[in-house]
Amino acid sequence: MALTNDRIKERLITKFGDQVSGFAEPYGMLTFEAPKEINLKVLNFLYDDEELKFRFLTDLQAVHYPDQKGTELAVVYHLHNLADNVRIRFKVFTDMNKPDVYTATGLFSGANWMERETYDFFGVNFVGHPNLKRILNVEEMDYFPMRKEYPLEDQTRVDKDDEMFGRG
Amino acid sequence: MTEHEHIKLPEGSIEKTTTTLNLGPTHPATHGVFQNILELDGERIVSAEQTVGYIHRAFEKLAERRPLYQVTPLTDRLNYCSAPINNMGWHLTCEKLLGIKTPKRVDYLRVIIMELARIADHLICNSIVGVDTGAYTGFLYVMQYRELIYEIWEEICGSRLTTNIGRIGGFERNFNDIAFQKLEKFLKEYPRVLQEFINLFERNRIFMERTQGTGAISADRALNYSFTGPNLRAAGVDYDVRVHTPYSSYEDFQFNIPVGTTGDNYDRWQVRNAEMWESLRIIEQAYQKVQEFKGAEADVYHADVPEYYLPEKEDVYAKMEALIWHFKIVMGETKIPVGEVYHCVEGANGELGFYLISDGGRTPYRLHFRRPCFIYYQAFEELTKGSMLSDAIVTLSSLNLIAGEMDA
Repeated sequence: MALTNDRIKERLITKFGDQVSGFAEPYGMLTFEAPKEINLKVLNFLYDDEELKFRFLTDLQAVHYPDQKGTELAVVYHLHNLADNVRIRFKVFTDMNKPDVYTATGLFSGANWMERETYDFFGVNFVGHPNLKRILNVEEMDYFPMRKEYPLEDQTRVDKDDEMFGRG
Repeated sequence: MTEHEHIKLPEGSIEKTTTTLNLGPTHPATHGVFQNILELDGERIVSAEQTVGYIHRAFEKLAERRPLYQVTPLTDRLNYCSAPINNMGWHLTCEKLLGIKTPKRVDYLRVIIMELARIADHLICNSIVGVDTGAYTGFLYVMQYRELIYEIWEEICGSRLTTNIGRIGGFERNFNDIAFQKLEKFLKEYPRVLQEFINLFERNRIFMERTQGTGAISADRALNYSFTGPNLRAAGVDYDVRVHTPYSSYEDFQFNIPVGTTGDNYDRWQVRNAEMWESLRIIEQAYQKVQEFKGAEADVYHADVPEYYLPEKEDVYAKMEALIWHFKIVMGETKIPVGEVYHCVEGANGELGFYLISDGGRTPYRLHFRRPCFIYYQAFEELTKGSMLSDAIVTLSSLNLIAGEMDA
């Protein structure tokens, strides 16, 4: 029998009770969240369970919601069960003042750079990561540019020296 | 007495027996801005540390200020060897978010373009593997057929490399006769050229010795590294987005998923060649299906969604309604639903995913590109550890790493 979203939800609730929450199915993909302390437990369960078998990490990234006080940063995992061809989305939320989330590198080697990228742009501190340093930005950068408090440059600004940009 | 003899190592220090080699970021053999700090013992690689980000352009941040259409040119610059796949992947993501259903003819035309892009991309990759093993001829020979593919794109969208092809809901204009003539020419002539290209390498002793057994990865490790696309299939896993999660009516076509066994450079090369044959089959089927449309259906090239499909430029100048729509779409003032969507397409080098969160505003709240190259490159150390320096060069090119995509 094919693995359905309802079945996955049932298995998760049986295992974790009310710790897993926020179930939804936007555009058909089962989405849920869990406290950040148990992110590895959930990922491990999804990986090891004989029925669920979510053993492929498609993607990992973060989203910044500045208005949610205490849970500003969301780390989003996209997992794929290749045998039954089912995808799910799993989120953990963390406080921006203490953005510690356990690393998934022990489970997925591919998470290494994805987590580095997430750290680079959002400042999520992946606890236990073997080499957590900036990857796309310069090492000297002292802020996390994808956070919403860093707006893009004002498009109407006129104080730039045009000659420096080949427009003089 | 030479100066060299004066050098005295401090007491108790051990002389370093390995050599550090800075390969890249601008080295002719890296085909892009990749830096590798290699630690070499003789010619063998002890460790490799990659530095990426030299052409990082903050696409994800830029996308947060751009209405949907203005994001398309950004996707061009990801994997620029097969830009139409990126463009259409993005349009398909938007269509999924907006709930637009495209007509069959649009789907088939898109399939033709995407498969041409796959061929163009694989051609580059495979012929570059040839160049890196010392055979330049194949590369120069197949370039004229990439040129022909570019000419087809040019007929359709006016540009060649960074195509910005298509619209949400379809294409900006119908394919003209020249485009179809060129497509027919391509379908007629290319198989012979591809076969010649393959003959040049497939049983070539030098090529085989250079590529077989180098840069190998097992299926388990490849899955653990989140490999997708030809690199995963070369390791023996038949995962293909076109089959597993069909988009743009790929379920209407008959084709095989070629797989390898060892996951080494030779298998990757073979898988890409086999995929080009499959792409040709798909294009032939799609072209046939396109020709079967009769009457009014034969002129359909976009979905009927005035809220999102840019009106004809002629009408924008002459008709009030078209002008209003044009303005609203360009300024991002049309209604965009709240939601989050992940959509992926089989890019030429793997699963290209778009994770789009919309808060109903005029621009994406968050957009993330799942870039297959970025994910491959972290496995480079594992692939090359203990191998010769010259094998690392071949591995680098056979992974089909594109700096533009990696650094986003």
